[in-house]
Parts: sequence; structure tokens; C-alpha cells
Amino acid sequence: MADPVPYMHEEAGAQPPSLSPPFRASVPRSPTKPLVHIPQTLTETTGPAGQDVWERLMGPAVNDLTKQHKGAPIGERIILSGRVLDEMKRPVAGTIVEMVQANSCGRYAHGYDQHDAPLDPNFTGVGRAITDEQGRYRFITVKPGAYPWANGRNTWRPSHIHFSLMGPAFAARLITQMYFPGDPLFPLDAIACSVPEPARHRIVCRFDPETTEPYWALSYLFDFVLRGRDATPMEN
Amino acid sequence: MAGQTPWQTTGPFFHFGLAYKGGADLVGDSELGARPDLNAPGHDVKTPRHAERQATRGSRIELVGNVFENTGAPANDALIEIWQANAAGRYAHPEDGRRALALDPAFIGYGRSATDKEGGFRFKTIKPGRVPGPGNTLQAPHIALGIVGPGFLKRLVTRVYFSDAPENDEDPILQLVPLERRATLIAKKDPEAAIYRFDIHLGGAKETVFFEF
Repeated sequence: MADPVPYMHEEAGAQPPSLSPPFRASVPRSPTKPLVHIPQTLTETTGPAGQDVWERLMGPAVNDLTKQHKGAPIGERIILSGRVLDEMKRPVAGTIVEMVQANSCGRYAHGYDQHDAPLDPNFTGVGRAITDEQGRYRFITVKPGAYPWANGRNTWRPSHIHFSLMGPAFAARLITQMYFPGDPLFPLDAIACSVPEPARHRIVCRFDPETTEPYWALSYLFDFVLRGRDATPMEN
Repeated sequence: MAGQTPWQTTGPFFHFGLAYKGGADLVGDSELGARPDLNAPGHDVKTPRHAERQATRGSRIELVGNVFENTGAPANDALIEIWQANAAGRYAHPEDGRRALALDPAFIGYGRSATDKEGGFRFKTIKPGRVPGPGNTLQAPHIALGIVGPGFLKRLVTRVYFSDAPENDEDPILQLVPLERRATLIAKKDPEAAIYRFDIHLGGAKETVFFEF
């Protein structure tokens, strides 16, 4: 069979390096030898895909994080929506968007989190959505709080939500964090600042008055852009 | 053209969201792969049962290993994911249209495992068949493996090959790896059982080969 059309390479100047010493935890967890370049084969251009596959793996989507418990969570309710696209701006349909976040006080429902802030019995902070034919996803949640972390003498994470996307293929995988506009902690954050300029703004969502629901919730928009592929088939 | 969204680390608090129960058992109904010990009380994440996976065709194997930081310390909070073909050598994905090879309705080929307190992971799966390589080559049986977690700003990707596969000698991807480093990609079979050990080293003399593509 003909060789698969490869996905485009990592965009030079837009992705963080594995080793970013200001982010101290990256020092022991980055390889010391250069990566070995290989061509993309079916192994790299395939991957788990489609609503049916994701539901078999993980169960049905959970995209309203405010209705997972008996009561409503404490915090500022927000709608977060957008699209998953590739670099040619084509929608990526039927792919999973997983999210993990702290509660509105900046505390995770996780055993490692020892921050002196309350857990919310009505908020776990885990969601997942499958994109529709236009690549759209939508979550209802509460805005996560900032919290301190041990990267320096007095370092705080800006409000952020963790996202995990598989995309159409193993080669298109993306794990990232999304931040909120105007956060004074963002320019001080060693993780956000591991992304080189001028691409750093790409991990900040946009406040959208148009889709804000009156008397109910503010709305933010965020599009994910995964590695795309050239439409022209390669010669074998 | 739109610019790629930059990668960021998972951070240390991903387990209750990303490491689902049964994620590391591709052929059965166990809860392997999650770390329920790290869920806050009252925030257990429910996951479906996977009884249908027991019908998977192919020879059952376990893939076990430990992840070590470049200092040699165990990486006890990493997340490993794998992707592989079925026993016939076909991927459960529309792009693999080789209809002569049967899809296995019981097998997807994707798995996830959080590492344990010693940096260990364990997958239950089947030995994959061979899939095409560049040109008219055929690849040796292998599993794609990615590592993420706190401290990893980007995923690291490697491949697992099998020590008892004679096809390794002609594998077109292994041939791109310097000879002296190829052994880091070969999972060693236990002499007594269908258990393959694949330790992952981020540094040192045994540093695992990581790929870009």
C-alpha cells in the first residue's frame, strides 16, 4: 500500500522544549540525548477515534461539571466552548476532549493536593466531550482558582484548565493547559512561559459577550489546533 | 493556516481525570491502570465495565516496566499510553483499510496506565501483528508508547519491540536507530511466562530512544 500522508511536524517556535529549567520539574524529566527522527507509518497516522470507540473506552461524555453531585458547586459558573481544528482549519470530528481542573478555591480533588483550601463536595473537576461534525465541544463548569506550587519561594499557578486531546491519530496528540484572559499570574508562570513568544497567547481563552447567557453564566471560547496533514498524497 | 496549540504539562493532579479504571487492561475487565488511592473521598470517577474485551483474539501478553528520571529516581506519577494493531496486524482506524485482515470487534488497541509508587506500569494486551512500513517494507511487531506527566512539557514517544521476534532484524524503523541504542527499544521476555519487561530511562547509560516524526 502507499505510504500514509504524514502529519505536519511540530511547529518550530510554537512548542515548548522538553527541558525548560525555570520549570524545575522538567530538569529530571527531559531526555539527555537528541530525539531520533523516523518517518510516519500507519502506527503514527492511526489512533483511537470516533464517538463509539471513546464511549467504549471511558463511558459516556460528561460535559456539565456542575451537575455531577447532589448540589451545585461553589464558584463562578462559566460556559467554555470552541472547536477542535487542524492546521488547515478543518474540523476534527469525533475526537475526545478531556479536561481536569481545580475547584473555584484552587484545590484539586486529588490526594496529592495539600493546599490549604477547601474541597467542594459538589465539584470533582473532571469532564470529557466528544466533538461533533463541526469539531465543536462545550463544557459547563466553574472558573478554577489560583493556587500556590513549589517551583520557587512564592510561586502561584494562574487559573487554568488541563486538556487532553487525541485527535485523529497518535501523531496528532495534544495535552495542554488553557488560561484566562488578563490573569496577572500568567506572565509570571514558569509553565505558561515555557511556550516561546509569540505563540504564548495561543493558550489563553477569549471572553465572549455574545455567548454569555444573561443572568446565568459568563462564556469563554477556546479553539484547539492540532497537527494537520498535507492534502496532497505522497508518492510511494 | 492556523498555528498549532502549544503543549503544556499534565501537572501532578491528573490521575482522577485521565487514568481511568481498566485503562491498562486491553483484553479484560480488571481495573488496572488507574490510581484510585489518589482520588479525594467522594470524588471517585465511575468507569464502564469491559467484559466484551475478553473475546479479544491473539496471544495474551503482559507489558511491564518502570520509568526512571534522568537522575535514576523512579517517576512515580507519570502516565503511559499505548497504541497498537490487533493480532492480525490491523489498526482499528478508518485509515487502515486493508480489508483482507480482519478487524477484531473486541479489541481497540489503546491503553493508559498511571505509574505506581515505584514508577511501575503493567498492561494486559495481545501481541500485535506486523504492519506495513515505509515503501514496501513490513515492520516487526511493535507497540507505540507515549509518556506524559508532571515535569513533561511535551509527550515523549518511543516504541516497544519484542525480544523473541526474529523480524526485528529487518524492521525499517529500528534500522534508523544507532545500533548501540537499539536494545533500549526491545522488551525482554520472561523465560517462564508471556511477560515482557520494558524499562524506560530518561537518562544514563541505558537512556531510552525517543522519537520525533
